Amino acid sequence: MRPFQYQRAHSISDASAIAALPEAMLIAGGTNLLDMMKLQVATPSQLGDIGRIGLDGIQDTSDRGLRIGALATNTATAVHPRVRADYPVLARAILAGATQQLRNKATTGGNLCQRTRCYYFMNVDQPCNKRDPGSGCGAIGGVNKLHAVLGTSDQCIATYPGDMAVALTALGAKVVIAKSDGAERTVPVRDFHLLPGDTPWRDNVLDQGELIVAVTLPPPVAATQLYRKVRERSSYAFALVSIAAVIAIDDGKFARADLAFGGLAHKPWHDPRIGELLVGAAPSPALYDQAADLLLEGAEGHGDNDFKIPLARRTLHAVLAEAVEKAA
Amino acid sequence: MPDELIVNGTPHPLPQDPRVTLLDFLRHDLGLTGTKKGCDHGQCGACTVIVNGLRINSCLTLAAMHEGHQVTTIEGLGIADEPSPLQRAFVEHDGFQCGYCTPGQICSATAMLDEIANGWPSDASETLDGPFEASGAEIRERMSGNLCRCGAYANIVAAIRHVAESEPAA
Repeated sequence: MRPFQYQRAHSISDASAIAALPEAMLIAGGTNLLDMMKLQVATPSQLGDIGRIGLDGIQDTSDRGLRIGALATNTATAVHPRVRADYPVLARAILAGATQQLRNKATTGGNLCQRTRCYYFMNVDQPCNKRDPGSGCGAIGGVNKLHAVLGTSDQCIATYPGDMAVALTALGAKVVIAKSDGAERTVPVRDFHLLPGDTPWRDNVLDQGELIVAVTLPPPVAATQLYRKVRERSSYAFALVSIAAVIAIDDGKFARADLAFGGLAHKPWHDPRIGELLVGAAPSPALYDQAADLLLEGAEGHGDNDFKIPLARRTLHAVLAEAVEKAA
Repeated sequence: MPDELIVNGTPHPLPQDPRVTLLDFLRHDLGLTGTKKGCDHGQCGACTVIVNGLRINSCLTLAAMHEGHQVTTIEGLGIADEPSPLQRAFVEHDGFQCGYCTPGQICSATAMLDEIANGWPSDASETLDGPFEASGAEIRERMSGNLCRCGAYANIVAAIRHVAESEPAA
């Protein structure tokens, strides 16, 4: 690792002040950041440890929703009684990711901010517009099995690697952000991560000096919740395709169909047209095909990842069929 | 708070260089070489230790982040004359060949059995509500962060199941 100054933050304002410094980064669980620092993918000169500024609570909100502190670990969230009872898709998504050792350290805020595991991003000997703007994209025309098929640009085809945020996207969660002036702003999780476009180095909407303080979940709804993750081995692997589904059936028709997709894009993918198509319609394989047509409109493979397009279609069929069976 | 962390019950001053990982602190500064460095990137689990009751990868955390924390390493679980139940079971069931991953496997399994006793679900659990059993499928999922390049997995699972079945659930 490159040398850095280590500083422990004692408050949110402390943390904001450190985060606003040039070449500074904040560390919470550290499972992603220290990995990148060892590889010199990340080379902060200042490291602000926010592990002890509080923010690790999980509390009911006044409307029976849930507020999950930015420093609540993935384990604490997944085992929380209300998450298990009211937001099972979130518990399932977290448990499908990483290992127990990593989930014991990984935090809500850190997990949202984790960076792509694109092989070119993680290797400083390779070109990468995300890590080194203007150096090119090694994955386009290179090894790209894990890469995106939706929302890519000619600068970057990396995927957002996480599971938790896919469930948060289906649930309509919001990210509460502390601004450097001490005020807060709230951003829907669906708008938190960015597509690569011409600025692939920007993963999300956080500005320098800002930090996530919490994620809030809306009040629970009566629905069947599923998280299906397709991966190359049955544990401890990133998603090739994953789907978080919150599905309700009423009178033989979809009454709710909130779907989010992992492994396909630079952000957890949400297409409101899919819910609009499904709600009010009776479940059928033909309908699922129409939903997949909407999802995959404009999908583009890059060679090694071509399989993701038919895989996403089949996974969507399987998830909808399973959810309908369970919801009936 | 003191500038120290507690390893197997003994306080130690934190390293001067903030870059020192908990793993390197244990091995190089304290000479506790039971904890192993495998991949140094959180992928193999050989460095697993228990901090404040939770298993973590000691390679992916800085010693400085653990000021005041209680760290338990393989040396703190048992000694040759007084092995822990899992240490004894790994010997009885031949739960290793080269032994390099074994300290991490045993630290991991020690905490994992507590997690099951606490009613924590895993990705292999059919429901999210406990109680959960230390079945083969549950052990394989819950131990997926510990690789064994010798492939002693069948005997590792047998050793863990033996302890799970012989110890009353908490």
